[in-house]
Formats: sequence, C-alpha cells, structure tokens
Amino acid sequence: MKNKIYKTMDDAVADIPDGVTIFSPGFGGVGVPRNLLAALNRQGAKDLTGVSNNAGTVDEHVDIGTLVEAGQMKKMICAFTAATHPSQVTPFTKMYNDGEIDAELVPQGTLAERLRCAAAGIGGFYTPTSVGTELAEGKEHREFNGRMHVLELPLPGDYGLIRAWKADTAGNLVFRLTQRNFNPLMAMAATVTIVEVENDIVEAGELDPDLIHVAGIYVDRLVRIPEDGIWV
Amino acid sequence: MAEKVKLERQAMCDRLAMEFQDGWIVNLGVGMPTLCSNYSDSSREIINHAENGVIGYGPLAKEGEEDRHLVNAGGQKVTPLPGMACVHHADSFMMIRGGMIDVTVMGAYEVSENGDFANWRIPSRKGGGIGGAMDLAAGAKRVFIAMEHTTRDGATKVLKKCTLPITAPGVVKMLVTDLGLFEITPQGFKLLEHAPGWSPEEIQEQTEAKLIIPDDLKEFRFRS
Repeated sequence: MKNKIYKTMDDAVADIPDGVTIFSPGFGGVGVPRNLLAALNRQGAKDLTGVSNNAGTVDEHVDIGTLVEAGQMKKMICAFTAATHPSQVTPFTKMYNDGEIDAELVPQGTLAERLRCAAAGIGGFYTPTSVGTELAEGKEHREFNGRMHVLELPLPGDYGLIRAWKADTAGNLVFRLTQRNFNPLMAMAATVTIVEVENDIVEAGELDPDLIHVAGIYVDRLVRIPEDGIWV
Repeated sequence: MAEKVKLERQAMCDRLAMEFQDGWIVNLGVGMPTLCSNYSDSSREIINHAENGVIGYGPLAKEGEEDRHLVNAGGQKVTPLPGMACVHHADSFMMIRGGMIDVTVMGAYEVSENGDFANWRIPSRKGGGIGGAMDLAAGAKRVFIAMEHTTRDGATKVLKKCTLPITAPGVVKMLVTDLGLFEITPQGFKLLEHAPGWSPEEIQEQTEAKLIIPDDLKEFRFRS
C-alpha cells in the first residue's frame, strides 16, 4: 500500500506551486484545515485562487484570510465577498475594496454543487438558485417543468486542504458532526487531497467500511495534527 | 387606544414561530431569525435544519457544555437532540433545493408587495454576502421575513418595488416587522395584526406599498 502519511504539515504542502487553485473547507469555524493553511502560509506560495465559503473572518484564527492578508491569494471564489454586517471589516474586505484581490461570488448551495459536479465528472447543471437576480445575468437560462433555471459549471481545484476527525492508512476519512460541511466535496474534487487528522491515523481495516465518509482513493496525503497544533 | 409601542425582536420572531406547524422542517437564517428557536410549543415537533448540514439540532449550548464540532448556520455552538443527523454541504443544499424545507426565516433590507426581497448586497459597498440565502429562497416551500419596518433614518423597507438587488423574486409569504404581521397576497401586503397602539392608517404612513386592511384586523399576538 502506498504510504500516504507525512510527518509534518510543512512536508505535506512543500510542493504546492504558485498560481494553483486551493480548496479551503470549513463553516462557522468548524472543519477548517488551520494547520495546513498555516503551513502553506509559511511556505509562501502566491498568486493562488482560493475556494472557500468565506474569505476569512474577523477573528484571530488561522484561516484562508491569513493567506489573503499575506498577499498569497490573487482571487477568492466564495459565498461571501462582503460581511453581512458593515462593521466586520476583514483583510479581504480592505484588499477587495482597494482592487488588490479579485473575487467571484457564488451562492453557497451552487458552490457546493459545483464542487460535487467537478468530483462527479459532470459537465454542468441547471439550478433555479439566483434566477431573477443580478447573479444570473449573462448565464444560460433554460426552463424545465415550467420553472426557469441557470446553467452552472463544475469547480475543479488543484489542491484540497482537508480537516478530518479520523483516518486510516488507506486514506479513508471520517468527519464528526458539522465538521463535515465542505470537506468531503473538496476532498473528492481536488486533484491532490491533503488531510490534517484530529486522531491517530489507524491501520487500514480498523475503520468500519460502512461508516466512511470519503473513500481513501481520493486522499493523497495524511498528517496527524500534533499536540501543539491548532485545534480550534 | 393602547400606548403606541414598537415590537421587540423576540416578539416578532415568536409570532413567526407560532405559524410553524407540527412536523415542519425549519431553516433559520443568521441573526434575528435565530430568535424563533426561543419560542417553544410542546404541542408541536419542529425539526431544525441548518445549511451546514445538521438536521434536528437543539437549543444553544450552555457555557461549558459546547461541542467544538457542532454549530448552527451562524457558527453558534448548539446541542444535539435524539434523531439528529449530519450530512455534507451538497446534501444539505439538496434538501433545500429539493423542497424538504417547509419554511426558511430570513432577515432583509427590503421586501416588496410582489414578494421580492433583498438581503445580500448594498450597491454602495463592493461585493455581497449571499451565503445560502439564494438557494433557500429558491428552494424552501415558504419564505418568512423578519425585519424592522424602517431604516435607522426612518425610510420604509416595505416597498412597492425593491430598490436594492434582490435575492429572489416573488417568494416571500409572510413578513413580520416591529409594526405588525403581514401576509403577501397576489394583491399585495395584507396587514393581519398591528402592534399595540398603532392604527392601520399610522402603519400605512410608514409603508410605501398600499396595505390591504381586512375587516378582521387583529392586535398583534404575543406568546402567552
């Protein structure tokens, strides 16, 4: 069996080049690959495109916003390009307003389905989401069963940074509660999938095959989060 | 006439929650709508759905009892209930677009008499915050809105036509503001209940759209 285990977060992201697309899952601060993002921040790759629910938060935690603030991102594809409240000014907000970073705003369910589509090898899909709004302008429209839909295209990525609860040496992954969010979709849609794991990585065969959320064939690299890593 | 009062946010959300029917799957938006979960009625079972893929979660977790892996759509730590299930984001929005959600409650900047609403972008600010709002608006069986009737500057938010970019056309079924409860009918806003001390004429003065005032107009219903 191919060895997927890397010793450190830095080793696991060492070869990520400039200019690629990075998936960064997480929602409400849960399931964010903070250790891998911190390592990528140290590694210094730049001109990256990020796919994430948001472009970073106002809190002090390491997230995709850390890379935005460091000038490593040239574009963000996310469901929030402005905070819901004007008082929440993030590093992204400032840079976006100043024209220092590009962005594409995507409804959250469309973002999830575009990722699923990329993983599933499907050329696109029609959704009623955004019909009749600014976001649908310029998109192909088509009516199905009397209802208008817009065409949305897959969203593939080069590197998926993933946070899982459990993993085995075959790369099979298990998530806990709302940690799952975008993680399985991004793990399956990325060309190279790198996972930080909260528990010791167990031998193949020790996880129940019926309870696995992402099959190991999607997973390329696994790193156990060290005790002094970023946990919350 | 009773003393004129504007409704508190909790009373507004209580009133929408009173409309939830037994067995409904309910999605509460971030901010004010989460207050709907503070209203409980033991005669009904409500199943909470959050866009991050948790179905059947319970009340907010008390300090010291939080689980770092369990949050609602606002990122607040919540508690598990028996029967709770977790899915990934595409499955969560499959439920939303697929018509599994009986009602979604959202905040808004504006609502118009044809059921359009706006809650994601203010043109004077670059970018927008959509989150799951467009998917929920397009997919949920009903959209309820909770918002103040006017802006801080006193401009009405209850309009003939939205001035801001809309989130979805023609989907709002019910609106609660600090002045009353409104149903959006094919003919426009119908005032169902007025805040204490407010006459229909006074509410109309705060509203751009023409209100339908039914003969059986009632005073606002508070939790008992």
